Amino acid sequence: MSYDPIMLLDAYRRMRAIREFEERMRREVQAGTVPGFVHLYCGEEAIAVGACMHLQDTDYIGSTHRGHGHCIAKGCDIEGLLLEIYCKQGGLCNGKGGSMHMADLNKGMLGANAIVGGAPPIAIGAALTAQVLGNRGVALAFIGDGASNQGTVFESMHMATVHKLPMIFMYENNGYAEFSGASWHLGGGDITRRAGGFGMPAVKVDGTDFFAVYDAMAEAVRRARDGEGPSSIEAVAMRWYGHFEGDMQTYRKKGEVDELRKTSDPLPKFEERATREFGLGVEELREIDEELREIIDEAVDVAKAAPKPLAPELYTDVYGSY
Amino acid sequence: MPQKNIRDAINETLKLEMRRDPRVVVIGEDVVGGLGGSSGVEEAAGGTFGVTAGLAAEFGRRRVIDTPITESAIIGMAGGAALTGLRPVAELMFIDFIGVCFDQILNQIAKFRYMFGGKARVPVVIRTMTGAGLGTGPQHSQSLYNMLANVPGIKVVLPSNAYDAKGLLTTAIRDDDPVIFCENKAMYLDACEVPDESYTIPFGQAAITRPGSDVTVVALSRMVTLANQVADKLAGEGIRVEVVDPRTISPLDTATILGSVQKTGRLVAVDECNPVCSFASELVSLAACEAYDALQAAPVKVTAPHTPVPAAPDLEQYYVPSLARIEEAIRNTLGGSTASARKVV
Ligand SMILES: Cc1ncc(C[n+]2csc(CCOP(=O)(O)OP(=O)(O)O)c2C)c(N)n1
Ligand SMILES: [Mg+2]
Repeated sequence: MSYDPIMLLDAYRRMRAIREFEERMRREVQAGTVPGFVHLYCGEEAIAVGACMHLQDTDYIGSTHRGHGHCIAKGCDIEGLLLEIYCKQGGLCNGKGGSMHMADLNKGMLGANAIVGGAPPIAIGAALTAQVLGNRGVALAFIGDGASNQGTVFESMHMATVHKLPMIFMYENNGYAEFSGASWHLGGGDITRRAGGFGMPAVKVDGTDFFAVYDAMAEAVRRARDGEGPSSIEAVAMRWYGHFEGDMQTYRKKGEVDELRKTSDPLPKFEERATREFGLGVEELREIDEELREIIDEAVDVAKAAPKPLAPELYTDVYGSY
Repeated sequence: MPQKNIRDAINETLKLEMRRDPRVVVIGEDVVGGLGGSSGVEEAAGGTFGVTAGLAAEFGRRRVIDTPITESAIIGMAGGAALTGLRPVAELMFIDFIGVCFDQILNQIAKFRYMFGGKARVPVVIRTMTGAGLGTGPQHSQSLYNMLANVPGIKVVLPSNAYDAKGLLTTAIRDDDPVIFCENKAMYLDACEVPDESYTIPFGQAAITRPGSDVTVVALSRMVTLANQVADKLAGEGIRVEVVDPRTISPLDTATILGSVQKTGRLVAVDECNPVCSFASELVSLAACEAYDALQAAPVKVTAPHTPVPAAPDLEQYYVPSLARIEEAIRNTLGGSTASARKVV
């Protein structure tokens, strides 16, 4: 497959933005500035970006509780996201959703979701809209290894197959569901075989390898746009940090992640290949790094200083009319 | 007597009941924790909030049953096991997740005894976390037990302190009917004196946590703590507030509530649930229908508003009934005006 260098630069920018964003959030959670539960995406950046590089604003994604990376990859505004995480005025959801429920319908981002297995049924609904309107749009649901066990996910896969919906089931196998390892909690041991059992093409890829995810997505999106129905991709990439920030991770071998960070960090992996094979310059990548650091620093400052929602907003937005 | 917090009191109760009856089993997500983890640490969690810690070590994994994320199967499995001879204590991590498994509760577990002509026993307990105030957003902060009290066939229990938590959970586990046991997530570390040995607290028996004669405040769960504080404050001004904690809302101790309202002539219903078709409404209807002649002022509801729980802590503080709102409502019923007590902000 050939890769457009402009697309690759954009992909790098999004992955770096996620990394920078999440590392900063980690420090902020530790400093106690962030309300609510925060689940970080470090280590899994290539999945969201490898998938979303194929999607337009008119395509849809459904996300999870670990949704910051999905939002950034889908093009949501960094400042809008941070304002939302800080639950401030001007946040993407006006502070009513917070980290676990961020949505940006203009970007086809149908919401992070604090109900495990909540998003796939919504995403097939978006796929149905695209199918009925006949606009060649597609929908994708990000689904954790843990979430893959929910009945809602099975039902959605089945419905998508029966109706040949333009749908992609993007499994993010990061090794754990909360404190339980995938080797234990996944009956049958294999998400891809399960998905294949529903009669859709199902592939398993290295989720730390942007190119692997991107290539698998290319075919899944083509199928969906051409009306051939759903596909499943299982992308394997360990999460670097705890389930949520503050998780002691006693279920995890000490050093498990140190090793991973050395050997399969999606960013250096991408950079190595993109500079060696596709002519991206190291300096331009460093410039992007620098620029994103500034953007995120500034956006965090803005979010912290922004005004809080006012009390009467508690009552707004429950209905359109009532 | 030793001081214990609610988390430890529940943990101790589970252990005592599992020792007493080998048919008692615990089922839920990460109730053991760490299975399949790379550290090999056995029981790496003992529940997300540590409530089931030490159970797997003592009773083994045959009786402490960790599960994948699959609430419909967890709750259904517990119900089916109860129907066939076990006494499961299932954990529904947050009550918000009830959406995923509601059929098993609503159409299956709650109805077995009745629709099988009284021939079934369904001794299942569903332990679950309720409550707002911790910034956990619209899908992890609800109370929802209102809805469950509306379903015939389920008992609904809401302990407001560690002593009651132990006695009520013991009763729940020994009861032959389905019980939803609601633990407020902001209260796990609240402690009081709790005996080491087992004891039961009957369902449908309210506690009067503050005796008084001027106004009756009926409150549940964490709202009891707030109501007690307001009662103590107003006692300094000579206002004698009676706080009634029903402890179970299905069955409901209407006699104690009505007795109190008949004595005081005034009712303030405090609850964290949404207000429409709610427990607070039920209390008001009870007073209106059964104690009409005794009422000296219109009953007042202090509840969450008819909105979801916002993520923003700055909005959430207005969502949950506060000390100030409870106090204002009490003063209003004493002053005869109820208009402003209905308004949240
Ligand atoms: C219906 C439901 N059940 C349980 C939970 C609690 N919970 C939140 S995240 C999580 C683990 C999810 O694991 P996985 O799908 O693998 O996603 P990951 O956290 O690894 O990204 C659990 C059990 C929930 N939020 N919703
Ligand atoms: Mg996972």
